[in-house]
Amino acid sequence: MAESKESLKEVLIAGLWSSNPVFGLLLGTCPTLAVSSSMMDGFGMGVAATFVLIMSNVFISILRKIIPDKMRIPCFIVVIASFVTIVDLCMKAYTPALSKSLGLFIPLIVVNCIILGRAEGYAYKKGILPSLVDGFSMGIGFTLALMAMAFFRESLGNGTLFNVPIFGSKYVPMLGMILPPGAFLTMGGLMALTVFINKKMARK
Amino acid sequence: MTITELILMSVNTMLVSNIVFARFLGICPYLGVSRKVETASGMGMAVVFVMTLSAAISWVIQETILRPMKLEFLQTIIFILVIAALVQFVEFFMKKSMPSLYRALGIYLPLITTNCTILYVALYVVQFKFTFVSMLIYSIATGAGYLLAIVIFASIRERIETADIPEAFKGLPIALVTAALIGMAFMGFAGLVKG
Repeated sequence: MAESKESLKEVLIAGLWSSNPVFGLLLGTCPTLAVSSSMMDGFGMGVAATFVLIMSNVFISILRKIIPDKMRIPCFIVVIASFVTIVDLCMKAYTPALSKSLGLFIPLIVVNCIILGRAEGYAYKKGILPSLVDGFSMGIGFTLALMAMAFFRESLGNGTLFNVPIFGSKYVPMLGMILPPGAFLTMGGLMALTVFINKKMARK
Repeated sequence: MTITELILMSVNTMLVSNIVFARFLGICPYLGVSRKVETASGMGMAVVFVMTLSAAISWVIQETILRPMKLEFLQTIIFILVIAALVQFVEFFMKKSMPSLYRALGIYLPLITTNCTILYVALYVVQFKFTFVSMLIYSIATGAGYLLAIVIFASIRERIETADIPEAFKGLPIALVTAALIGMAFMGFAGLVKG
């Protein structure tokens, strides 16, 4: 628990850029592709996943001395699945429209590899506070990645951002960007951009 | 459901609303184990197998236990436990009785637990109240669609390895662009079933 402020800051930054869950670690690609067709969906999904990440990281960190080594994966999954069920039911009750448009992708947060990956790779070994910060920064990193994808897909494919038209009425939407191929294309492009920027920074 | 409807549904789930290109599921293993055609087909086969079994078991649990007792809100937790237990069990069973298949599938078997297609199919057949037969056909067709997608993708990636591509696109970015192009090709199947 004797983590200094500096290293917590590093944990925070790692999730946002250098080991961003989507573009750096290549985890959680399914929801990134699937729910990034509009900014609103991406944001909702990001917030839901962030909540589950923080809660499961904290809980697993608290329980890390009790959970036996050999049984850890099933234990993690039960913890994660409980929080996902909480989120699912809350979203159905309070934000029914969002819950409808995300559909089965909310229960599927259970098998989102970011969450299990952070539980296994981080929370199981570290104290409560760093785990909380890690969950937060990974969650925000995931949300930002989703928003970046959605920014291109919604603006080009629908001519809107958060359902507000931005290009005026004469814009003809590129339907392909909303459809599945557009998602793969956007992600490939963004990933190439990340590689490009990283290389540029390394050269300096 | 009549036989024609079942056939139409299987074509639909395999090609038109393919699990990878139309529903974006199972992308992690799709990108991860598609460097070689051999491993890709191994993964695809394991998915078909586990998907069908887990969908059948989840369906039975839902109809006999969860629905009569009104415990539907426990679906997610129960199903993921069923899948994790099933994967373990299949692994033990294969190791003993089908060692050659076990060796062929290798580490892809345990990885299937976190393949979201499996949980998706289990939740989907329950949510839309499939009958037992249509549930079976649906899960086999979904698995077959996955197998098809991953094998096509792996064979293209084998060729790309040697191609001359821009520095920043090497590796995964070009793989994603490839997936986009295959996805576009698969969109050509749209309208196959309606007509």
